[in-house]
Amino acid sequence: MSAREEILARIGKAVAGAADVEIPRHYRTAPQVEDLVGLFAERVDDYRAIVHVLPAAEVPAKIDEVVAGRRMIVPEGFDREGGWTDLDTADGVITYCAVGIAETGTIVLDHGPGQGTRAQTLVPDYHLCVVRADQIVGGVPEAVARLDPARPLTWISGPSATSDIELNRVEGVHGPRTLEVIIST
Amino acid sequence: MSATFLGMPGNFPKNAAKAVHNSQLRYNLRKATHTIRGKRANVVGELPDWQELRAAGKAIKDHTLRNLDRYLIQLEEAVTRAGGTVHWARDAAEANAIVAGLVKATGETEVVKVKSMATQEIELNQALAEQGITAYETDLAELIVQLGDDFPSHILVPAIHRNRSEIREIFLEKMPKVPPHLTDDPPALAEAARLHLRERFLKSKVAISGANFMVAETGTLVVLESEGNGRMCLTLPETLISVVGIEKLLPSWRDLEVFLQLLPRSSTGERMNPYTSMWTGAVEGQDFHLVLLDNGRTDVLADEVGRQALRCIRCSACLNVCPVYERAGGHAYGSVYPGPIGAILTPQLRGMSSDLDASLPFASSLCGACYEVCPVAIDIPEVLVDLRAKAPHAAAERAGMKVAGWILNDHERLAKAQRAASRLRGLIPKRLPGPMSAWTDTRDMPEIPEESFRDWWERNERA
Repeated sequence: MSAREEILARIGKAVAGAADVEIPRHYRTAPQVEDLVGLFAERVDDYRAIVHVLPAAEVPAKIDEVVAGRRMIVPEGFDREGGWTDLDTADGVITYCAVGIAETGTIVLDHGPGQGTRAQTLVPDYHLCVVRADQIVGGVPEAVARLDPARPLTWISGPSATSDIELNRVEGVHGPRTLEVIIST
Repeated sequence: MSATFLGMPGNFPKNAAKAVHNSQLRYNLRKATHTIRGKRANVVGELPDWQELRAAGKAIKDHTLRNLDRYLIQLEEAVTRAGGTVHWARDAAEANAIVAGLVKATGETEVVKVKSMATQEIELNQALAEQGITAYETDLAELIVQLGDDFPSHILVPAIHRNRSEIREIFLEKMPKVPPHLTDDPPALAEAARLHLRERFLKSKVAISGANFMVAETGTLVVLESEGNGRMCLTLPETLISVVGIEKLLPSWRDLEVFLQLLPRSSTGERMNPYTSMWTGAVEGQDFHLVLLDNGRTDVLADEVGRQALRCIRCSACLNVCPVYERAGGHAYGSVYPGPIGAILTPQLRGMSSDLDASLPFASSLCGACYEVCPVAIDIPEVLVDLRAKAPHAAAERAGMKVAGWILNDHERLAKAQRAASRLRGLIPKRLPGPMSAWTDTRDMPEIPEESFRDWWERNERA
């Protein structure tokens, strides 16, 4: 018998006669958040990321300001003049995102247009992410519902961190040391 | 290579007795577990629906286990459809052989690894070393353990038993190109690890990971981490091999909405861990292999009481609240799964034929704190008691219990025995010899009164 058949047979024997279970879903699927942008900004800041909240019209100028002097990766689909740099020489990367989660201060990339590959947002030491206010949801269930599992997904909550040495939080172990988020309202 | 847990001598009481005399270890453990349990309590308190999430998490896992065969087939189809290859492994040897074969097929002799309990459990690094393949751990704590030729002692923070000065010593001794004048400041130590691993990430062609969850409906695998070493391994190499226990399954995509709330808050005490990666089959041109691991899990599944241990999502909240773990440390459990969950999972996965495994169900005070914090409501005390009944007992203990049962089952026999005990009270030893000494060494013999209550009652009723 193949390993596959044998394992499946063992499972069938092990659970034979056991009752099935109903799944109670009485938890909150859409938490009531009065100020989505405000809570998202506060929670992202809690993770020691840098946060700006700006009207959409002021975002390009803010990007110019914060990336000045850095060699940046601009992924395909990001609304910006290209001609910046590649993975090997980059100081940083600038991306959009797919979803922002207010309760947890998380941004999710689905690596669609303007979001780069998974490596592009990881290898450079600095990540600047532009989040539109209408992409922000209250909690995790709404985020899961909006995302497409067929795409690779990267959930980011603050910069890279470790607590492996006496549980002291240290930022920037292997991923970006700095995460900067511009929320466009 | 880190040492292997297999063949660790002794049993839990012996290992623990040694560990509690190490005051540095006790200080490190106490500081770490108290910090993390405080953080957990805060973020769990933020969610008004925590108990509802916990009930859903428990039910989703029970439902999955009940229908595990059906969902594994569904997972296999989804992963295959998305361009991945699925392998099945009955035990550790089979899983290790599959992984070694896949690595050899790439022509590589070095692989990078994401921290994974499953690969620790099957001793994958040792098995690969025997085939001439070097596996490099990339999680900072696993790196500390690997360089120190040490055992992990905690599920989430494997180097919890080491303090900063011990870590500095290990780096100075074992890390090639270590920065001169390395201090024991945590940022300096983390920077040294970053430099040490950076080059290795960029040149590695093969990576090995586990997974926190697999979704049957979509074929998606999920890895939660903090440092970015996981993302490095999952995205940069050309070939990715994931070794995952068959119980890590969730039926539907939607179920992640429950577990992505339960796991981070229970384990690191954060609202969300810094990085979560999800991928479905072969993505961005990678060659993807999934090795589904049984290795005793179907035996656990067959046990009606014990199977709830398979709900475990490896958060380690139970370790951080356990008074026994806090004092004895993770090594005393002699397994990659220490603490309360290890005390029920290890003897079920490995059986109780060794002295060590038979002692694990007794490595608890049954205080119940582990059950309270478990995000999937595993009744660890219930399983411990059940396993204690199944554990092999010494012949003298069995004989003693048989005699006690015979006496206690009959009130006349009991009265006679009590009278005899009163008369012989000066002669009854406070400590028993031989195998029974384990019982009396840790318990006080109750004072035997001059007269039993029955006799006193009879005398006073007559008066």
